[in-house]
Amino acid sequence: MSGTGNTLPIEITVNGRRHALDVAVHHTLLDVLRDDLELTGTKECCLVGECGACTVMVNGRIVDSCLMLAVEADGAEIVTVEGLAKDGKLSPLQQAFLDKGAAQCGFCTPGQLMAAQALLAGNPHPSIDEVQEGLAGNLCRCGCYFQIADAVLSVAEGEHR
Amino acid sequence: MSTRFIGTSPNRVGGFGRVTGLQEYVADIRVPDVLEAKLVTLDCARARIISIDTSAAEKVTGVRLVMTAADLPQPMPRFGPQLEDRPVLAVGETKYHGEPVAIVAAETKDAAEEAARLVRVEFDELPAVFTVAAALDPKAPLVQDPSLRPKDPLASTNVLREHHVGWGDVDAAHADCIVENTYSFPMVTHFAIEPHAFMAAPEGDGIAIWSSIQHPNWLQKIMAKLLKLPLAKVRIYAPDPGGGFGGKQHTKYEPVVAFAALKAGRPVRLILTLDETFQAVRRAACEIRVRTGFSADGKLAFQDIKADYLIGAYCDIADRVVGKGSYPAAGPYNVPAVRILARSILSHTTPSTAFRGFGNPQVNWAVESNIDEGARALGIDRLEIRLRNLAHKGDAFIPFDTPADGDWDQAVRRAAELIGWEKPLGPGRGRGIAVGIKSGPTTGLSYSTVRLLSDGSVIIFAGTSDMGQGVRTILAQIAAEELGTPLDAITVVMGDTAIVPYDQQTSASRSTVLMGNSVLMACRSIQSQLRAMAARLHGVAESDITVERGAIKLPDRELTILEVLKPGLGSLGGELTGNGESRKEAEPDHPLGGAPAFFEFNCTAVEAEVDQGTGDVTIVRHVTVSDVGKALNPLQVRTQDEGAAIQGLGHTLMEHYIFDESGRIRNLGAIDYRIPTSMDLPLELRSETIENGDGPGPYGSKGMSEGALLCVAAAVGAAVRDATGVPIRDLPLTPERVWRALQERAEPAAIGRNAR
Repeated sequence: MSGTGNTLPIEITVNGRRHALDVAVHHTLLDVLRDDLELTGTKECCLVGECGACTVMVNGRIVDSCLMLAVEADGAEIVTVEGLAKDGKLSPLQQAFLDKGAAQCGFCTPGQLMAAQALLAGNPHPSIDEVQEGLAGNLCRCGCYFQIADAVLSVAEGEHR
Repeated sequence: MSTRFIGTSPNRVGGFGRVTGLQEYVADIRVPDVLEAKLVTLDCARARIISIDTSAAEKVTGVRLVMTAADLPQPMPRFGPQLEDRPVLAVGETKYHGEPVAIVAAETKDAAEEAARLVRVEFDELPAVFTVAAALDPKAPLVQDPSLRPKDPLASTNVLREHHVGWGDVDAAHADCIVENTYSFPMVTHFAIEPHAFMAAPEGDGIAIWSSIQHPNWLQKIMAKLLKLPLAKVRIYAPDPGGGFGGKQHTKYEPVVAFAALKAGRPVRLILTLDETFQAVRRAACEIRVRTGFSADGKLAFQDIKADYLIGAYCDIADRVVGKGSYPAAGPYNVPAVRILARSILSHTTPSTAFRGFGNPQVNWAVESNIDEGARALGIDRLEIRLRNLAHKGDAFIPFDTPADGDWDQAVRRAAELIGWEKPLGPGRGRGIAVGIKSGPTTGLSYSTVRLLSDGSVIIFAGTSDMGQGVRTILAQIAAEELGTPLDAITVVMGDTAIVPYDQQTSASRSTVLMGNSVLMACRSIQSQLRAMAARLHGVAESDITVERGAIKLPDRELTILEVLKPGLGSLGGELTGNGESRKEAEPDHPLGGAPAFFEFNCTAVEAEVDQGTGDVTIVRHVTVSDVGKALNPLQVRTQDEGAAIQGLGHTLMEHYIFDESGRIRNLGAIDYRIPTSMDLPLELRSETIENGDGPGPYGSKGMSEGALLCVAAAVGAAVRDATGVPIRDLPLTPERVWRALQERAEPAAIGRNAR
């Protein structure tokens, strides 16, 4: 249990890059992203799947990466917040978060963005109720929930391209 | 003066990092050879430590250090922003659930966690106090060793300090109606989404410390004293906190991490879990008895307020919270006679600390609710009774103090209008309105340096912390306004005590005012150097030259800053440097050590619907109107205002610590302790500002980030009372509490029962 032994090899693709890793069997996907791959954009907070700060996309679905063992992600395509901007250009959602004031301290923002991205992929034109229900698993203690919803809706309405 | 940057809402400076994941919080920073630390704690509130056996822990592969009190300098170093009462590690006795008795540092988190579990602590659980009543029992165990305050007559009690404020003669005051009630406010925690994170590394003959802290310079002073190092050998890196709310103002586990790093001779970092943050920071619970006297016309005759704040096992900044938070407890009203007694009561619980509102929301809940009770008893409209008593600009509503500094009735009237105070209500619905006030900073010192580089771009050095309130953007907007530099050519450097000048602290909604004025002064100094430069270059008297934003206006022409700067600097280039200093001196005779620089004033109005079958409260509409003087960045003002409102709904409707019989917190963590989610919001939230340019900050601004939290509980409580006819005087207004109150109401309205 002390970091030696009990590892398994996995292969994961993160933001388009393939990684072959030996991971401790009890390590979560969050551990591997942050500690092994040094992709620290994904945040650690509650560790029980309640706050959403560690939300990432796994095979097109969002998961709380603190609840998924890294070995369960073997073979998966993973997208983290670092994968949203392309060639240094912010995604429409990222830009909308800036324009609408949806990021204050910013610590929940990566998780909010991933959850919002998935929400829009499944429902390109949500109502505000659908946005608030869809993002209910992502806590924001700064309380910019209305600005976050505003940002998501503005993307849905094509305000940001 | 026309403005281009002030009063606009450009994208947040630092926003790019926040939306791309590139923003580095403490836990994201990697230094080579860092050891991972874990604290060892006991699963009870209070215990006598008999022995600590670290042998099994030390045998875990990868463990480099297991440090207990015995490994620290003797006598145990103690620290604290108010009293030096807190040991680096518990010595002899633990005083609250979660107090560390040892720290483990290892090559991996796994090893540190395993070793922490293997530290064998033999201990006897001791009787503990974790309520006001238990702490005040004459037979209660003493939380604090009386020798820590030898000359204090209260040392043999759990009352750390009493704060007396008042004026007029309460006992002689005539009142036609007296309302007396007791209220309670729960123990709640900050729940910043970024758990506190600390790292320390030996650096030459000194030390470097990383902390998600709001007051890097205060931390530097405390660490220098603890480590017996010159200030210059203690370098504090303070990356932007991922939410602070007061919980990250003061030193917490930096000392234990620093001692561990020095002992191990390697960098050590400690990233708390969310559960551990519950045991590190919280707001003081409070029990408040309010006796309010009214004349028949609704005028306040007196306020007699006794507030018992339940602070924790160590003082932290809690006693200052009690003193400063209770001081304006009589509210923004003209009250001829006031008596306030506030007590800081020690208990075997997490040390309470600053939390947005700084002791004011607790008493506000009680005092504003009691004014509603008075209005009902007198048959006076609850809005009207407030307007009849509200202080007007210039009124010395607290005698010999900063007079009322805003048109507060304007905010109240606007909130009433927005909530539709006079409109008929639907079934099961009620409305409430309340006002809140908070003293701004009473002392302050903020230095800054602004450098105008040879190409016209600007670097601002300012030691305030941007924890989400957006101060970096505000400072950049001020420099842009004064020097005409576009925001994307401005860099704001913060959070490194080795390169950024001293700033006292980031608290009391001060940064826009105090650091803002400092940066304004630094920019004006550069303007004056540019005037001198232009005078020299063009043979014009300096007094005939003005600088406005990017333009240097000579009598016969207008030049850009660059057209003066380039030839002015000459062939070697270089730069112009301006220094700013914003100072608010202490006033030793003032009860708070200084009169407030400004007041934060807010009026909150709420329409709520109560489900009589379940007790569930829905906030149908929530209106918040704050007097901000001038909104330098309206979007940031709105997000701070709404954020404060939503945070206030947390302690109003759902948040509270639950203890078991031995003082353990039963609801540690995100599953059992709920904060507002996107499903708990008001159906409509409206934030507006009053802007009369009458604040002491740049362009007439005031501090504003706490106001909208102050009176949320009172406004919601009043709406629930209005909807149900049942007064509830304890928070939070959970469905269970509301439902029980409905069951117990004297006149069975039967709606609740029939609804089932």
